[in-house]
Amino acid sequence: MSQRLRRRYIAVKIESDHPVEERDFHDAVWTSILRLFGEYGASQAELALIEYDPKMNQAVLRCSHKVLDQVRASIVAVTGVQNEKVATHILLVSGTLKSLRRKLRTQKAPDRVAPAL
Amino acid sequence: MKFYADLHLCPTLERTDEARKLIQKSAELGYDAVGVAFPVGVEQKRIQEIRDICVTSGLDFVTRIDLTPNNPASLLKSLRSLRRQFEVIAVLCHSKTVARQAAKDRRVDLISFPSPDFRKRFFDSAEAALASEATVSLEVDMSPLLRLQGFQRSRLLSFLRRETLIAKKSHVPIVLSSGASTASLLKKPQDYAFLSYLFGLDFSEAMRGFSENSRTIVDRNRKKLSPNHVAPGVYIIRRGEDCHNG
Repeated sequence: MSQRLRRRYIAVKIESDHPVEERDFHDAVWTSILRLFGEYGASQAELALIEYDPKMNQAVLRCSHKVLDQVRASIVAVTGVQNEKVATHILLVSGTLKSLRRKLRTQKAPDRVAPAL
Repeated sequence: MKFYADLHLCPTLERTDEARKLIQKSAELGYDAVGVAFPVGVEQKRIQEIRDICVTSGLDFVTRIDLTPNNPASLLKSLRSLRRQFEVIAVLCHSKTVARQAAKDRRVDLISFPSPDFRKRFFDSAEAALASEATVSLEVDMSPLLRLQGFQRSRLLSFLRRETLIAKKSHVPIVLSSGASTASLLKKPQDYAFLSYLFGLDFSEAMRGFSENSRTIVDRNRKKLSPNHVAPGVYIIRRGEDCHNG
């Protein structure tokens, strides 16, 4: 019997003086994971970019719940995209995309802190 | 209500605009208090400028001085002259004798080891035992973790892992601070707590480093610097006329 994969959805705010392309951001997060945890660690992350809103400068990433700590540290460690300075802040972490969207909608302040799951 | 303090902001004091940006960014990111590191011999005018920026940004301003003495005697001399002027005193230890003296002196609030050279990181169990007795805290700056890459970062992580483990064993409070000189290196306390996973601090321990441990230092020193402080444990609670003997 196969076990259901448990995932975590992470909403990220990207701050930059220049527009950041979806693909460049995705690459930057991957590079950060590879630098910090190597290829083996990156393979366990099962990282995927689910949504990217260039207007709001927000992204939603998905990862395996087992490596959430590693992925959060890697996202925070991103300091540049395509040689431009970038600061990333984790807004929220949730178990389902639906609840993440609901929490994002209901939060009043745009950069509410993420609860530690 | 949670109180978050970043006790180590390093703006270029001559550039008021940059300092303002940094302080405003701290307020945006959810900090309640910031400590700005001043050099020895700073003018009062400069301190007042930074204080005004903090007040307009809605932040509690904490005065801090970073001492980098060459020997224990010069550390003691600086402490004698500066302890009553600043709310937080941090000693950046570049030699073992200075590190030992700083760890056992109750006038020191924070000890920090900024050198990337393993021969200049003196936070061992003996140092931790002294710091624990004198309630001196270990400060960990987070910005080098964002600035460095590759071998240098992995080496720094290895030092920090070892030092935080020793600090936890000896019950030395760990204070996390940004050490940021530019706004792009500033993160929310929670983001830094996620990053501290890399050197073995769990989320709650890291958050304590930004909240309770920092607040304890500031509150303790403000009490001591208050005109109502007489001696440890003795405070003036009310002023009035002399008692008349009946």
